[in-house]
Amino acid sequence: MSPSETARDVASPAGAQDSAPAERPVITVEDVVIRYGTATAVDRVGLTVAAGETVALIGPNGAGKSSLVNAIMGLIRPAAGSVRVHGRAALVPEGRQLFPELDVEDNLRLGAWPLRSQGAKARDTTRVYEVLPDLADLRRRRAGTLSGGQQQMVAFGRALMADPEVLVVDELSLGLAPLITAALADHLRELNAARGLAVLLIEQNARLALDLCTRAYVLEAGRIRIEGPSRQLADSAEVAAAYLGGAAEPPGPEGDDG
Amino acid sequence: MSEFVQYLISGLAVGCGFALLGSGLVTIHRVTRVVNFAQGMFAVVAGLTAGSLLSAGLPHGVAEIVAVLAAGATGLLVGIAAIGRRGTSPQSALIITLGIGFLAYAIEIMIWGDNPHSFPGLGGAVDIAGAHLQKQYFLVIGAAALGFAALGLFFTRTYLGKALGACASNPYAARAVGINVTRMGLVAFTLGGMLGGVAGVLVTPLQSLSYNSDVLLITNGFAAAILGGLNRLGPAMLGGLALGVAESMVAGYYKASYQSVVALALMLAVMIWRASQHTALHEEAAR
Ligand SMILES: Nc1ncnc2c1ncn2[C@@H]1O[C@H](COP(=O)(O)OP(=O)(O)O)[C@@H](O)[C@H]1O
Ligand SMILES: [Mg+2]
Repeated sequence: MSPSETARDVASPAGAQDSAPAERPVITVEDVVIRYGTATAVDRVGLTVAAGETVALIGPNGAGKSSLVNAIMGLIRPAAGSVRVHGRAALVPEGRQLFPELDVEDNLRLGAWPLRSQGAKARDTTRVYEVLPDLADLRRRRAGTLSGGQQQMVAFGRALMADPEVLVVDELSLGLAPLITAALADHLRELNAARGLAVLLIEQNARLALDLCTRAYVLEAGRIRIEGPSRQLADSAEVAAAYLGGAAEPPGPEGDDG
Repeated sequence: MSEFVQYLISGLAVGCGFALLGSGLVTIHRVTRVVNFAQGMFAVVAGLTAGSLLSAGLPHGVAEIVAVLAAGATGLLVGIAAIGRRGTSPQSALIITLGIGFLAYAIEIMIWGDNPHSFPGLGGAVDIAGAHLQKQYFLVIGAAALGFAALGLFFTRTYLGKALGACASNPYAARAVGINVTRMGLVAFTLGGMLGGVAGVLVTPLQSLSYNSDVLLITNGFAAAILGGLNRLGPAMLGGLALGVAESMVAGYYKASYQSVVALALMLAVMIWRASQHTALHEEAAR
């Protein structure tokens, strides 16, 4: 297998393909391997997100979720496998990753960088202030001075500025108060329902993730351990034990490899 | 009094050159984290190019603009060599710029020889407060002020300027929103080249340039830039102006040969002060 198999094409929406699933995919990850030096963080992982679909990726700390996200966004190059994004993916990165010295308005405007050839209209931030009205009062505040919840809101707005087909959210609730998390989750539901925005949600809080998304993958130690409809996963004893607070000890080694 | 005004104005003019050079260093360092040791070379290339173009018959204005563009192109080439390859660390890139500086000596000597060159700037002089001041001083100060204003507007008002600021602020986030940070680094190098070029064409009529004038220029530009930790334009500009004035005073009232000591002393003082701040911070954090 050559390491240059990695394909990243921002292809025009593929038409109905013969054996393809009913929904056209916006993200297709196949057999991706990610290594840091000699350590393998992600090991032959496959994952798809269809247009308009909400998909959760859950798993413990260090499972390789952010690595996979970075590969999907083209920020790191996988050692093997392929990542395809059809249309535009926008990222709400783990830890917000704003531009702290710039104000909220500029943070948002920079989110429209992929649309820069479309002129000043594409960087008009009013469409984001309409969806996230709380941000309008903060527009001249420097992003570094905001609270965690406000920063997460800016990170959302910045991602929306790219007019993405799919929003990749790395750790929605991390470090946020439950009320703020709930508000952000509502925004996500709303965006998905109103605009058909597809979502790939990486989340430590499995209950929240399974509740918000229709399908889910469980990543453990770099491998997909379980995948399926959220309802099915929520009912599975294994998931309940490890991620829904059902049991104290992690699942034993007897489970199959998915 | 008249002496003081004389030293002040001539110092400010020379200081504008340092300030422009320092701004170029800062522009490049903010975006790429590379300390560009070839920065003085941009000024030399532009100064010598403008001189050649003027002797070839090009009018003032045109020759200087072409020379500044040439310096910008030189900046781009240095940038490609320094950061064009994926995964070059800022430290390796620094060594590359140092190497290019020496390579440039050879090329400059081949083109222009090793004698100092100059070209006449704005002729004439004015008398202010008893001081006899070349008009060129005022041209330099005015042009540099325009340059700084344009630079400020570029960074605060344009989308490209904001994108450069974004790369400086958080390179990971810049990449996450789709900004090509390497390409922005090349833009910064080009801009740095042009800033060095403006310094070169403005200062050459005041003090002739030769291939190795870059050492003096980079020393002063670096001393100015380090005042803002190589990351802030304001201190670099003010630092450059202050250095120019201080050196002019030292040279005027004391001895010309001591003037470059001012820059070196300032640079050492700032670096020692910053280093002590860092250690203090680390010790504080370690508790
Ligand atoms: N830049 C990096 N360099 C080296 N190792 C890394 C790097 N990023 C992540 N890792 C390692 O890869 C593994 C997966 O990390 P990550 O993708 O961040 O997991 P998650 O997001 O699921 O917590 C961890 O063991 C982590 O230590
Ligand atoms: Mg993570």
